[in-house]
Amino acid sequence: MHGESPECQKKMTQTAESRAENWPDHVHRVLAAAGVAQIAYVPDGGLSRLIELCQDDPAMTTVSLTSEQEGVAMLAGAWLGGQRGALLMQGSGIGNCVNMLSLTSICRFPLLIIVTMRGESGETNPWQVPMGSIVGDVLELAACRVHRAETADAVGEMVATATREAFEGPAATAVLIAQAVIGIKSFDDDE
Amino acid sequence: MMTSNCEEFPLRRRTVVEALLRDRGDMLVVAGLGAPAWDVAAAGDSDLDFPLWGAMGGAAMIGLGLALAQPERRVLVITGDGEMLMGIGSLATIAASAPANLAIVVLDNERYGETGMQQTHTAWGADLAALAQSSGFPVTALASDEEALDSALHLARDARGPVFITIKIRAESPPLVLPPRDGEILKNRFRQALIGEH
Repeated sequence: MHGESPECQKKMTQTAESRAENWPDHVHRVLAAAGVAQIAYVPDGGLSRLIELCQDDPAMTTVSLTSEQEGVAMLAGAWLGGQRGALLMQGSGIGNCVNMLSLTSICRFPLLIIVTMRGESGETNPWQVPMGSIVGDVLELAACRVHRAETADAVGEMVATATREAFEGPAATAVLIAQAVIGIKSFDDDE
Repeated sequence: MMTSNCEEFPLRRRTVVEALLRDRGDMLVVAGLGAPAWDVAAAGDSDLDFPLWGAMGGAAMIGLGLALAQPERRVLVITGDGEMLMGIGSLATIAASAPANLAIVVLDNERYGETGMQQTHTAWGADLAALAQSSGFPVTALASDEEALDSALHLARDARGPVFITIKIRAESPPLVLPPRDGEILKNRFRQALIGEH
C-alpha cells in the first residue's frame, strides 16, 4: 500500500535477513492463516521483510502509523468491525502505547503485538537502552502477556501461540523478538 | 494573543450532533471521550455507537480500523478539539490510508470541557481542518454558522472521504446524558449488532 523502503533501510535489512533466516516468512504465513487482515506498523529495520510480505498480500491492508499508540486504537476499531489485526513496532514504541493500552484492557479487545527489540546486548546506540530494558515489564504492567523469542527458529511458533491467545481470549499478547535475532545496527560507514 | 469569545459562537453542540445523527440509517459512530460521547448519547443511545470514556487521542484511529473493516458502511467519528489534538498525527495516517467511507467531525469549542474549560490550542489559532487538508484529506470544511453547517452535515454523511469537518460550537456544558460505561458491554453490543457475534 505504501512506497518502497529507502536504501539506507535496505542495507540494514540485508544484514538482518542473513542472520535471522526465514522467520518473517513463517510469521507472515501464521498471520495469513489466522485471517489477520489489518497490519498497523511503525517501521523497524528488523521488521522490513515482514512488512513487505504483508504489503504484498492482497488479503492484508497495511497502515503506516505516525506513532505506535495509533495502532492500538486502530486495531480496536478493526475488531469492532469484525476484522483481526496485528501491530508491528520496535521496542521503543511500547512506551508510546501505554495509556492507549487501557482501551484494550477495559474493553477486553484482542491485541497481537510483534516487537523487534533494541537496546539489548551489543547495542551501539545507548539511547535505545533505557526503553529497551523495560519493554517486557511495561507490557506486563499494562496487562499484556509477553513472549520472548531468543532465536530465529522460535519466532514463528511463538507468534502462532500468541495469535491464538489474542483472538481466542480475547487478550493482549506481545511477542518480543530479541535483538540477537535481528542483528546489531551498525553506524560504521563501511558496513 | 487575542482569542475569540467561544461563549458567543452561535452553533450549539447538542443540536449539531442531533442533526448529524438524524435518520442515521446503518451508520457506525465512534464518539470521543467527554462531551461528544454525552452528546451522542443524548441523541439516542444506539448499539452501533462506540462512545469512549478514555483512550484520549484514539477516536479517529478507532474510526480508521472500523472503516477499513467495513468498507460498505459509513463510519462517523464525532470528537472534540482537545481529543483530536492529542492524536494529531493520526490525521497523516488516515490521509495516507484514504478510506472513502470515513468522516471525522470535530466539535471545536476551543476548550478542554471536562477539566474546567481551559483553552485548547485552537483558541490560539490551530486550525484542525487546515491541518487535515495539509495532511492530505481530500474533503475538509470549517462551519461556524447555520448556513455552513448545512453543507458540512451533507459532507459528513455523504461525501467520498476521508472527510474532515471542524464545527465551531459554543463553550457550554449541557446536562449530562451518559452512555453505558462498561467497555466490554459497549464492545460486545456493537459487534453483536454489526456482525452478529461477540
